[in-house]
Amino acid sequence: MIWKTLKIWFHKLGSAPSFYRFAQVVAPWLWAGFAISAGIGLYLALYVAPPDYQQGDSARILYIHVPAAWQAMFIYGAMSVLAVIALIWRIRLTEILAMSCAPIGAAMALICLATGSIWGKPMWGTWWEWDARLTSMLVLLFIYIGIMGLYAAFDDHRKGARIASVLILAGAVNLPIIHFSVEWWNTLHQGQTIRLMGESSMDPSMLPPLIWMVIATKLFFGAALLDRARNELLAQDQSKNWVRQKVLPAS
Amino acid sequence: MKARIVDHKSAGERTGSPYRDRPATAISSSGESQPAGAEPASPGILAAPLALLGRDLKLAMRRLGESLLPLFFLFTVIILIPLGVGPGPNLLARMAPGMIWVAALLASLLALEHLFRPDLEDATLEQWFVGRQSAYGRVVARLVSHWLITGLPVIVFSPVAAEMLNLPREALPTLVLSLAIGTPALSLLGGLAAALTLSTRGASVLLSILIFPLIVPLVIFATGAVAMAADGMNPDAHLGLLAAFTILAATLAPFGITAALRMNVE
Repeated sequence: MIWKTLKIWFHKLGSAPSFYRFAQVVAPWLWAGFAISAGIGLYLALYVAPPDYQQGDSARILYIHVPAAWQAMFIYGAMSVLAVIALIWRIRLTEILAMSCAPIGAAMALICLATGSIWGKPMWGTWWEWDARLTSMLVLLFIYIGIMGLYAAFDDHRKGARIASVLILAGAVNLPIIHFSVEWWNTLHQGQTIRLMGESSMDPSMLPPLIWMVIATKLFFGAALLDRARNELLAQDQSKNWVRQKVLPAS
Repeated sequence: MKARIVDHKSAGERTGSPYRDRPATAISSSGESQPAGAEPASPGILAAPLALLGRDLKLAMRRLGESLLPLFFLFTVIILIPLGVGPGPNLLARMAPGMIWVAALLASLLALEHLFRPDLEDATLEQWFVGRQSAYGRVVARLVSHWLITGLPVIVFSPVAAEMLNLPREALPTLVLSLAIGTPALSLLGGLAAALTLSTRGASVLLSILIFPLIVPLVIFATGAVAMAADGMNPDAHLGLLAAFTILAATLAPFGITAALRMNVE
């Protein structure tokens, strides 16, 4: 019974007006969750967590740098799944969602690069280093920009979204190869210090703020995605009846 | 441009598109099972791709000056480098592998914009998708002709460029080998970028932005191999990875190109 209701609800979600209503209700809660978790995370990061024994207080930038880097990659994964769904089942809403992922992912990659650069200046003595992880994050940013540019270059949104989805999948195949090739090419960045399995080599006192910030970036992604998709729907369907009813005051 | 389109069409008629001449009966379902020698013969699975390949190469030979422009462009880049960084032989030798590869990449970019564009403009591209055979074979044929026209001359003339940039003699075989293994991947990924941007505004700029991230591993493996050989080490590991990358691209890219082309014409 519950299963059937869920299924009907899920199918309904594919239509523009009901997705609009769903996003309108859910997004504010996600924004609130983001504000709370980011608040807790930043408080823990700035006041509770101890300074690094070598890098001092400047290491605290990692609580933004690392979640942004993870989120930039996570968004690419989510976008690839949406692109596969869009290409196979041709659901218009997933096309819009996939295309809405790209700017958020690009922003996360940019935040990661900028904070890394600010962190690198006092620690490595340089704003930019041709290090493996920096380079692969830069390549990821360029792929995001390419996807956004390709989508924007088509007048027909659906065609643009489907063709950009092919690019998303090509990037998804290529990104691991890029990552490893660049890693082999040059590495200055510190290795992986957090593992899901086994012992992390990071001090446990640094973990809680990091986890809160990771939750915050996930919630931010959800909220921003829903809002972007809602705006995109409004823009694309501006001549449709349901938008008129939504936007124009009942008269 | 006018003369070019006329030339293009007349050559297409002369080499004979298998679809234009095929009798209507061959389209019926019995066509596939006929023996190869029977008359009227149903064209084999390779007929259309081979005809396209022959036509492309014939066109390229007739416009030899235009076809070899990418190669001349490669040499203009090669000439600019010593002018830019100074003619010191040691410096040039250090930079030679990367510079030759970057020049080869820039040269292959030149021809990419016209890879599918003329066929889109005279609507031949739509015919690729209405026949019984899949467009896959024709996509592969077009990529092969692109590689033969832009990749092969670069490989043949790369020793000249290497000599001009003072590349150590013992690294020369590795350079030629890396170009031979890597330039097909350049054509494949370039073809993907060209197919994606086919019907966009400002295609050429977008094309170069799209292709850059895709070929990062290619440049790293290829120049890594040549640099290893120049330092007197064994470059086999890098060359092997380069070959793996090319094989992966050859397996997947034609499907992506076919899908992107179909979306562009529908």
